[in-house]
Amino acid sequence: MTFMKLLASAALVAGMATAAFAESHGKTKVGFVYVGPVGDGGWTYEHNEGRLAVEEEFGDKVETVFVESVAEGPDSERVMTQMALDGADLIFTTSFGYMDPTINVAAKFPDVKFEHATGYKRADNVSTYSARFYEGRAIQGHIAGKMTESNIVGYIGSYPIPEVIRGINSAFIHARKVNPDVQFKIVWAYTWFDPAKEADAAKVLIEQGADVILQHTDSTAPQAAAQEAGNVVTFGQASDMAQFAPFPRVSSIIDDWAPYYIARTKAVMDGTWESKDTWDGIGAGMVGIGEITDAVPADVKDEALALKASIADGSYHPFTGPLKKQDGSDFLAEGETADDGTLAGMNFYVEGIEGDIPQ
Amino acid sequence: MMDLSAINPLLFIAGFFVAATPLIFAAIGELVVERTGVLNLGVEGMMIMGAICGFATAVETGSPLLGFAAAALGGAALSLLFAFLTQVMLANQVASGLALTLFGLGFSALLGQSYVGIKPPRLGDIDFGPLADIPVVGPILLSHDIIVYLGIALVVAVWATLKFTRAGLVLRAVGENHDAAHALGFKVKRIRTLAIMFGGACAGVGGAYISLIRVPQWTEGMTAGVGWIALALVVFASWRPFRVLLGAYLFGGLVQLQLNLQGVGVAIPVEYLAMSPYVITIVVLVVLSRDSNRAPGSLGRIFHASH
Amino acid sequence: MITLVKRPEPSRAFSLAAPLLAVLATMVFGGLLFAALGKDPVLAIRTIFWEPLFGEFAFFYRPQLLIKGAPLVLIAIGLSLGFKAGIWNIGAEGQYIMGALFGAGAGLAFYPADSVLIFPLMVLAGALGGWIWAMIPAVLKVKFGTNEILVSLMLVYVAEQFLASMSLGLLKNPEGFGFPGSRNLQQYASAHNAELITGTGMHWGVVAAFVAVIFAYVLLARHRLGFAIRVTGEAPRAAKFSGVDPARLVLFCLGTSGLLAGLAGMFEVAGPSGQVTIDFNVGYGFTAIIVAFLGRLHPVGILLAGGLMALTYIGGDIAQSKLGLPAAAIQVFQGMLLFFLLAFDLFTNYRLRPGRAEVV
Repeated sequence: MTFMKLLASAALVAGMATAAFAESHGKTKVGFVYVGPVGDGGWTYEHNEGRLAVEEEFGDKVETVFVESVAEGPDSERVMTQMALDGADLIFTTSFGYMDPTINVAAKFPDVKFEHATGYKRADNVSTYSARFYEGRAIQGHIAGKMTESNIVGYIGSYPIPEVIRGINSAFIHARKVNPDVQFKIVWAYTWFDPAKEADAAKVLIEQGADVILQHTDSTAPQAAAQEAGNVVTFGQASDMAQFAPFPRVSSIIDDWAPYYIARTKAVMDGTWESKDTWDGIGAGMVGIGEITDAVPADVKDEALALKASIADGSYHPFTGPLKKQDGSDFLAEGETADDGTLAGMNFYVEGIEGDIPQ
Repeated sequence: MMDLSAINPLLFIAGFFVAATPLIFAAIGELVVERTGVLNLGVEGMMIMGAICGFATAVETGSPLLGFAAAALGGAALSLLFAFLTQVMLANQVASGLALTLFGLGFSALLGQSYVGIKPPRLGDIDFGPLADIPVVGPILLSHDIIVYLGIALVVAVWATLKFTRAGLVLRAVGENHDAAHALGFKVKRIRTLAIMFGGACAGVGGAYISLIRVPQWTEGMTAGVGWIALALVVFASWRPFRVLLGAYLFGGLVQLQLNLQGVGVAIPVEYLAMSPYVITIVVLVVLSRDSNRAPGSLGRIFHASH
Repeated sequence: MITLVKRPEPSRAFSLAAPLLAVLATMVFGGLLFAALGKDPVLAIRTIFWEPLFGEFAFFYRPQLLIKGAPLVLIAIGLSLGFKAGIWNIGAEGQYIMGALFGAGAGLAFYPADSVLIFPLMVLAGALGGWIWAMIPAVLKVKFGTNEILVSLMLVYVAEQFLASMSLGLLKNPEGFGFPGSRNLQQYASAHNAELITGTGMHWGVVAAFVAVIFAYVLLARHRLGFAIRVTGEAPRAAKFSGVDPARLVLFCLGTSGLLAGLAGMFEVAGPSGQVTIDFNVGYGFTAIIVAFLGRLHPVGILLAGGLMALTYIGGDIAQSKLGLPAAAIQVFQGMLLFFLLAFDLFTNYRLRPGRAEVV
């Protein structure tokens, strides 16, 4: 931008008139706010893959911008505002903690569309979206229940929030279904990101007899610990972690935001965007199941794929009764499935899981 | 439900060694630096530089040991920046160290952009043959990779050097009173610069232990605060090498212990278990601080030969 | 060869010129870095330094400078008192967290009551929270001679666990569908630290930061206690002879820095941030240490240094978004700026003279 152009645009824009400004350069501008670095190899990495897919899909018709490692709170609010001021038409805010900031900024820019990941507050120009990772957990639980010989499955949690608890329950239900003796050992790391601590947690679980490790943290540390132990099964988390296939990593849950990001960008281009709540799973392709390797016996693999298919086509819901809560009270009656509200705020274990959720 | 027998004491104690090794390297390096009277708060930055230099080199060459060598070089190279600032430009050490950490975190992330999601070559454990089958001793002491033993050897070497050699004497003299050391004809700045580079190299190896063995993978900021713990350990150790070892095992062990207790379902709230390593470190420090824990006399002070 | 000779008096000219030279040098080397990353260096530098102050949307960024800079200055002022006296509180991050927890806790305890007394009570609670957290290393140091660096640092990690525990437990929003994080204080008028004049970024925390600068200036220049602080830092033995009680000084310096850090946390949680969440703290307590030293531990210097740091954060985010620079490049750039600022300070106190090197 030359100095003259700067002067000209300064004269032009006297307030927060952004929509007209955006149209003037003809491209649809899409902003992404990331909570971690693009190089985290997990959560943010996969969102950025989604961004790249948008660029690939629309080429010259779209311009994407992103800011990484944006702290939740006022920093995120500033970054979103800045993107909106700079003419973004659509902004994806990809962390739960961006919820209130997104709503605040959206109120100031009614012409800009916002998409907030994993939250529950919406507005006319704010949609929410999230993935039904628990569907993938059901398949992991099934394989885990079949593969464990010690009947101890280790689970590394980050923080005890509904997202993580839902995953534990889903995995446990399906592990118990195929193996009534299975037990879950759950260790909370109390951090989002500390690879060394994840490694420690995995080692501790293995030492305590776990021969399957499920993780709700994004580093490959547990994979490496399992590989060293030699006979421990793991699953990729967030990304495929194929570098540890075919064993210990026997399958994975992959966050695949690309289809959604492309569809929403298209909707803005076509002028058909409207506020909605999206919670997609395996069926819509938001939750990918990485290749199940040959380390899994053929019959178990077939069952897992059948389970995946039934979840994908909607004929089976991972939370289907009869199910009881940990304290023995009724959760779901025979044939009843959990509604999304219950799932979203899930803060209890199902019957059979030992230990308490830290409060 | 709570079943402590699920904790295997041998594996539990063996785990200390692995968890403590990055801390030992970083802390013993910083100990030497501080013994010469220099406070370098940039340990975290030098560790992460070592982590990426070691990782990249190991991946490119296929040799983890070359990786560790590169990590030492990377850490030392970054520490030269600190040495230049504090020894030549006479800048404040606390601020320079913090700036070094900021710079190291950023620079390592830039270097590491193409190394995300790669698995590095593995460094195996040393084969002690039949010795490894000795009950108790075998699984606890003889089941590790070479870097673990190098770390312990380094502590012994630093202790012996400080205590018995002329070099150690000079080093301590510089740290205790740089003006007097200067008057005796010692090259204060040269000695300090060498110590700073040694500290950088050690921190680099410690960082690479995380990226190459402990985790092993490369992600931005993956040292996640270990460098700060290492700094605290030096103070904890009252600037004595063997106490560094003790402190590192204590700290590494406490982290292991809290995870183990969670695994067996001990009914203490997790958040209190998670904060216990830090609280216990404070308590131990209070107990230890009854005997002399005097810092090197010139620690953190700027030296300039004015006459 | 060239030798350094200490100036009898610090050079006024250089103390003003050094920061400018440092910024210039950073522009050159930072520009090289950006060019190496394939970006237009001139545009990048201008985006970071010019855009927030005088760019098209300066009306938005200028208030943001106050919001970002205020906690840094407030904390750094407190730290500088201790640093001057050789008392090392590096745990301001923890005191910041505890201030926020106490402050928010006091406010939320009265939810949804409506009273003008709630906010002042929160201010007191926040100050108390930070003060208590700083008094732990202070009392241990006075009683047992325990090193305050280690204790204050360890307490940061303890505070972070408390923060997580509170976000997931006691302070969790009962209407938040089980998600972590407290109620948003921005939506609770009696507890909200709102902008005093809309659109200016001026909230009570900014006011407190300015007041702290003046308070520290007067204390150091005029008050007996300020004299004690300076003497203790420069000549501890002389201080003892002149009747300074080192224990009282430790309690005062650590207490004051904790109090100010606690206030910063409280104003942040009740205002710009709004919520107690697991990731509430973003490193202000650590960055403030740099700010304190960049400002040469002088109140006015800290004010300027805080502003400069805030500028690079805000400009850095703009450069990321507009030019696609990675966050890591901005971090390296900030690191460079600090290096140059620290290095060029040399010429304030020393001058170059041709001659022999280090004389034996």
